[in-house]
Amino acid sequence: MDLKPLFEPRTMAVFGVSSSNYRHPANEIFNKNLLRYPVRVYGINPRGGTINGQSIHKSISDVPEPVDLAVIAVRADLVLEVMVACIEAGVRSAIVISGGFTEVGRQDLQEKIVAVAKEAAFPFIGPNCLGIYVPSRVDTFFLPGERMVTPVVGNVSFVSQSGGILVDQMIKFTSEGVGFAKTISIGNKALLGELDILDYLAADPSTEVIAFYIEGFGENAGREFVLKAGKCGKPVVVLKSGKSPGGSRAVSSHTATLAGDYASFSAVLSQYGIVEAVNELELVSFCDSLSAYVKSGYAKPVEGRVGIVTVSGGHGAIAVDACTARGITVPPLPEEIQDELRKNLSPSVQGIAALGNPIDLTGSGIDEDFVATARIFFAREDIDCVLALLLPYIPGITSDLGAKLSSVARQYGKPLIAYVPHVEKYAMLIEGFNLNGAPVAPSIEGAVLMVDALRRNRP
Amino acid sequence: MIDSRYEMFRIIEAAGADGWVLEPAAKRLFSLAGFDVPRFTLARTPEEAVRFAREIGYPVVAKVVSPRILHKSDVGGVAVGIGDDGRLEEVFQRFRGMGGFLGTIVEEMASGIELILGAKIDFQFGPMILLGMGGTGVEIYQDVALRMAPLSRKDALAMIGGLKAHRLLEGYRGAENVDREKLTETILSFSSLVVELEGRIESIDVNPLLCSSRRCVVADARIVLRK
Repeated sequence: MDLKPLFEPRTMAVFGVSSSNYRHPANEIFNKNLLRYPVRVYGINPRGGTINGQSIHKSISDVPEPVDLAVIAVRADLVLEVMVACIEAGVRSAIVISGGFTEVGRQDLQEKIVAVAKEAAFPFIGPNCLGIYVPSRVDTFFLPGERMVTPVVGNVSFVSQSGGILVDQMIKFTSEGVGFAKTISIGNKALLGELDILDYLAADPSTEVIAFYIEGFGENAGREFVLKAGKCGKPVVVLKSGKSPGGSRAVSSHTATLAGDYASFSAVLSQYGIVEAVNELELVSFCDSLSAYVKSGYAKPVEGRVGIVTVSGGHGAIAVDACTARGITVPPLPEEIQDELRKNLSPSVQGIAALGNPIDLTGSGIDEDFVATARIFFAREDIDCVLALLLPYIPGITSDLGAKLSSVARQYGKPLIAYVPHVEKYAMLIEGFNLNGAPVAPSIEGAVLMVDALRRNRP
Repeated sequence: MIDSRYEMFRIIEAAGADGWVLEPAAKRLFSLAGFDVPRFTLARTPEEAVRFAREIGYPVVAKVVSPRILHKSDVGGVAVGIGDDGRLEEVFQRFRGMGGFLGTIVEEMASGIELILGAKIDFQFGPMILLGMGGTGVEIYQDVALRMAPLSRKDALAMIGGLKAHRLLEGYRGAENVDREKLTETILSFSSLVVELEGRIESIDVNPLLCSSRRCVVADARIVLRK
């Protein structure tokens, strides 16, 4: 099945728009696409009427041009009829927003629409979902535009079994400056599930990192998923819910007890180099880091050996603790290298800086001291990533530091990750890193998570 | 080879009604599949037990065989280091009082580090292989590595290296080491066996797998069948 019309529609029809109920979910979908996106959108309702100055078509066959995507938000028992009409009219794909299927025990309704779609090789997402959001192209979320953040265009695509989790993460990713290629709420995944979407995203040139929120797989579907994801050539990050053992199933063997559902899930992901995020903070940190890493085109695998540079001994110590807890090493700098570095530092810090790794430039450190340290770190064989922990209130640090340090990182082809407190006042410093391909974490722990993502990603 | 495969499936067929394969049959299955299994017999009488123990030489291990006892240690159904006829007869009489008693396994004492080699057919991921520190404390220590089958050699080595206690396998503080190559081969053969039996089983515990510098022995095995 060709999913291009689904994700990159030029024309769409929205079923169920209402000329009287302005808050009808279908109206939100119609209006936002009409007013904000390049897709040509047509409203459908047998009662006709007008919406936002456009006339509502009484039938899909009245639409004057071929339709790539139908958005179906009618009552569950009417979905089948609408889908049949779409197929007959030559519509190429659909998103079924409507709930009222397997999630409320109506397997029968769901089976009928799946049978019809399969017969006609008609791809659809849902039911019981929000559908898709593709920045600058199309948005089938029924959420009023003004209540949502506007995600930036980026290289991460996010697939979620839960619409609520998807939207919530879009807000969090956006506040960290992580952009999306596509976001997809797959709902009941009656026809198209994780596997189909993974295939599409693996081949999609705008997607460079693929993130999933997964509640669970069907029988053996997890096996197929990891086999595909492990060799799709792009980093795959998974957040799983339902980690606690459910119910009191009688377990008859030690192996069955020890290899519970979640233990197996987690072990298999890591076996195939898929990065498991255990919570929201990990999810956004991992995606942020992998997104920047892939975009920068760094080829060397990161084994997790970091050089840490800061202007505060405490920050260095906390970072080392966080690294150690995750199996990331902080190799000490040999004496002769320390001597060489000391010569390159500004006179005011030469005598007082601690140069073992972590390197503490002290409160007298200036931009150029960071640059000199980064050069020494990046040149070393036993260091594959640099963490810069910045305290922007130190007088010697300027808002140019991000651009300066990032250019050193690119020169050596190794990733740079920064920590800067995320407050409005320091936005320019943060952007100096972000716009030059280096991710910035809002906490020391977050910065270490970013290193961990690179270490665990083994495509 | 074809005969031994047929024989393996026949053992599983025969155990169908109990829901699991009793130790003597499970060990025969492992033996047919080429695993190192200790010399043992299923003795129905104290006389048979003593005759076999004298033949292989004391000390021996005795274990109760009953379709109603899935975890033998929990009910005192395992006796190790039995040194003479009198002690063996005494243990036999005690086992005879246990529910569903079919006989007593008498087998040679194998030595080594106790590992567990397990399999589970997972709903989402299919056959999974588990390697861990074994014995009766396995669920307390929970020092295990899990992988989806079939395993590559690299997977098997990573599982061994991934155990917290892996240094114990390398001759820690002067103790005997474990033959890593033999252990790796045992894990890989087990992975193949599990893939072959996938449709029939729910889980397998080989616990303990006794590993030393000379052998990797399937000292006990339990195969739980798919319902």
